[in-house]
Amino acid sequence: MPERSIIYLESVTVDYDGFKALNNLNFIANYNELRVVIGPNGAGKTTLLDVISGKVQPASGRVIFGKDTDLTGLREHEIATLGIGRKFQAPSIYGNLTVWDNLDLSLKRPSKGVLAALLGTPTPEERERISATLQTIGLEEKADTRAGSLSHGQKQWLEIGMVILQDPALLLVDEPVAGMTDRETEQTGLLLQSLVEKHAIIVIEHDMEFVRQIARTVTVLHEGAVLCEGPVEKVQSDPRVVEIYLGHHKATHAPAR
Amino acid sequence: MTQYTNKLTSERLAFWFVGFALLVVLPLLNVLPPEDSWLHISDFSLNRFGKFLAFAILALGLDLIWGYTGILSLGHGVFFGLGAYCMGMHLMLTIGGESVYGSDLPDFMVWNQVKELPLFWKPFYSFPFALVAGVLVPTAFALVFGFLAFRSRIRGVYFAIITQALALSAWLVFNRNETNLGGTNGLTDFKQVLGLRLSDPGTQRALYVLTVLSLGGAYLLCRWIITSRTGKVLIAVRDSEQRVLFSGYSPANYKLFVFVVSAALAGLAGMLYVPQVGIITPAQIGVLPSLEMVIWVAVGGRGTLLGAILGAVGVNLARSILTNHFPDLWPFFLGGLFVAVVLLFPDGLVGLGSKLGQAWRGVWRSLSASEPSPKGKLTS
Repeated sequence: MPERSIIYLESVTVDYDGFKALNNLNFIANYNELRVVIGPNGAGKTTLLDVISGKVQPASGRVIFGKDTDLTGLREHEIATLGIGRKFQAPSIYGNLTVWDNLDLSLKRPSKGVLAALLGTPTPEERERISATLQTIGLEEKADTRAGSLSHGQKQWLEIGMVILQDPALLLVDEPVAGMTDRETEQTGLLLQSLVEKHAIIVIEHDMEFVRQIARTVTVLHEGAVLCEGPVEKVQSDPRVVEIYLGHHKATHAPAR
Repeated sequence: MTQYTNKLTSERLAFWFVGFALLVVLPLLNVLPPEDSWLHISDFSLNRFGKFLAFAILALGLDLIWGYTGILSLGHGVFFGLGAYCMGMHLMLTIGGESVYGSDLPDFMVWNQVKELPLFWKPFYSFPFALVAGVLVPTAFALVFGFLAFRSRIRGVYFAIITQALALSAWLVFNRNETNLGGTNGLTDFKQVLGLRLSDPGTQRALYVLTVLSLGGAYLLCRWIITSRTGKVLIAVRDSEQRVLFSGYSPANYKLFVFVVSAALAGLAGMLYVPQVGIITPAQIGVLPSLEMVIWVAVGGRGTLLGAILGAVGVNLARSILTNHFPDLWPFFLGGLFVAVVLLFPDGLVGLGSKLGQAWRGVWRSLSASEPSPKGKLTS
């Protein structure tokens, strides 16, 4: 096992009633890395994130976080507390709370138990951090707005901000720019790149233009296993990758950009 | 920010104003004016109102779990019943020689040829025990039931169904004579509490005041919870449980907490209900009453504490008026009310009120704005 890996999946298999969403998958991502995972529909990209974040338990294999923490068998909130944050594909925020409260609830705290939440009051440092994050995600003006009334792109950013405030060592991001305008997409790319200094990030993405903007290393998943891995140019010209995308392109009418 | 503080102070004012009216004015109107004065509130009315306020305590708890957390419980009649029966058992034991059969045993036991007081009845000779049990028994029950349900991630309509099943099974168990809780007829014919005659208007007045104080305490407790970070997590669970989970909170623990608090409040309501109404039967704790409790909250307005209180008092007031004048119409009215709430005013009376308020302010603004505008035209 490499020294510097932050997440290490060893021969992980996820079985949905005979369909192997992940098939003996080996996957490594390192500290301070922004890794992009691509692959056709059903390749197991979201399942990969599900396994890491505890939403799905693998049928076999190990998931090692950091030096030697085995994540298999842990519940989602326990994994989140260990330092893995997850941004979902469809914005998942608290629509009936203000933007500020959304961030406040996400903030990393020593205890997230009922009693601590009942008695706790935000400290000045915590307020500072929330304000700073509001600025990072460009929602300073919206602090007191009900989050449900934000635009789609703003909701995506809010969720990114929420995940940042969890201060995760590893950030899992599922199709962050789906439904965003070009400008928003570009800004999101810049935001993610600026985060790499402090966090390792795994991004699942379909938008190849966006992948080229942000990616250093790309992993291509196919049928639940790694097909190839490497710099974005190399991966794009790999004949196997071209084939699965073209084959996919023929099979359905979804364009693989 | 100023708007927020304004809201806070006006809410505080309303709290003290309503509290004063309920706690001081109503009892005084019961005592002071002569009986033929239009200001006079009869013993019957005050007693009936006390019952409604006991229901309001339950509605507050139900609103915490349904309105704020989005978990529909159709079994709160059970927790209400557990509290009510705990107090009822104590009151049964204080009847003593005054009972119809003159035995130390409750009448229904004599009737059922039970020779000796069952073991689980014995601690209820003690009033403090009954008082503590009235809250702790429903709490413990909710703790076990909720732990199992929430740990298995039973939610939404499935949770509603199993709580309804809970209400049905509780109803069946309490109905059986073998349970030794009075069967279908329940517990009744109480004479006294702590040596005070229940038939004495003074005792009923004291119970009324106690109910108002309990309601005030319950309100403050709920308010404290919903304004804390825990309250925000509860709303967050309603909005996106997944996000809560992936932010490091255990939604199951928060749900369990709010379920247990609401069960405790329901138990308290049941305890206050029994001495004021004088009877508790399985019919008051089963499936239908549990459903009706949900309707109170829906009618008043989910997700606002005021709405829960208004709904409980309003629906029950309407019920006692309607069942007096048109006894057959009540079920239709209740059903119609529920349909109307779902279709026409989903935010209940409170939502309707704020909507009307907004509309009125809009009309007011356009009226006051229409006057200076001709002048503006003249000068231009």
